[in-house]
Amino acid sequence: MNLRSPLSHVLGSGSAKDGTEHFWGQRLSALALLVLGLWFVIALWRIESLQYLDLIHWLRLPFNSVSLIFLCLTLAYHSKLGIQVIVEDYVGGAFIKVTAIILSNFAHLFVALAAVFSILKIAFGAQE
Amino acid sequence: MTNQSRPISPHLTVYRWPITMTLSILHRATGAALSLGFVAMALWLISAASGSAAYADFTDLLDNLFGKVLLIGWSFSFFFHLANGVRHLFWDVGLGLEKSQANTSAWFVLVLTFGLTAAYWLI
Repeated sequence: MNLRSPLSHVLGSGSAKDGTEHFWGQRLSALALLVLGLWFVIALWRIESLQYLDLIHWLRLPFNSVSLIFLCLTLAYHSKLGIQVIVEDYVGGAFIKVTAIILSNFAHLFVALAAVFSILKIAFGAQE
Repeated sequence: MTNQSRPISPHLTVYRWPITMTLSILHRATGAALSLGFVAMALWLISAASGSAAYADFTDLLDNLFGKVLLIGWSFSFFFHLANGVRHLFWDVGLGLEKSQANTSAWFVLVLTFGLTAAYWLI
């Protein structure tokens, strides 16, 4: 005799009633990346050179470091959402799908933290 | 839930690919490529934060044909994903959803992508 009621078997089936935040977050971050991404590629295009000193001096301008941090965080968020959709579409089986998404989220967070840390380290550092 | 290894009839290799279908999968593929590019960008920043020697080691890794291919590939992915992304945003507000409009904007996106990538590397 199963302890669960028939109602409990059925509850939870049907539409997930979830996903609006994902949809909206993807569009919002897309808009931000439109501006930030273009700014970054144009800035790289115009920078004196990509030699170490030129890069460091460019990064030490507060507008550049802040904007680049903004870009990295938004990029990580947008990428996290996108990869989740790809995994949901192609990775089969509930367990491995959820595992893959969890790992992807952790990885994105780690990369974002590493990038922000590096930018701050360069911006605050005094070494040449 | 899924039934493994049930045979399906060929479709992708048989029917003509609409341009919209090509751009759709390209949008997904360039997105995934850009995710990898983000990791590379983080490594680039980490190397810069680790001093001029570490930075030189990192840039040397990319200072060959394969590295150039990667960078051009990432810039192509960026411009495509950006242009097609704007096309998606128009759709999200309900504009340009007619088949003829979608086909026209598809070609526009492709022209823009190749043009911007070429301009970026050649100018």
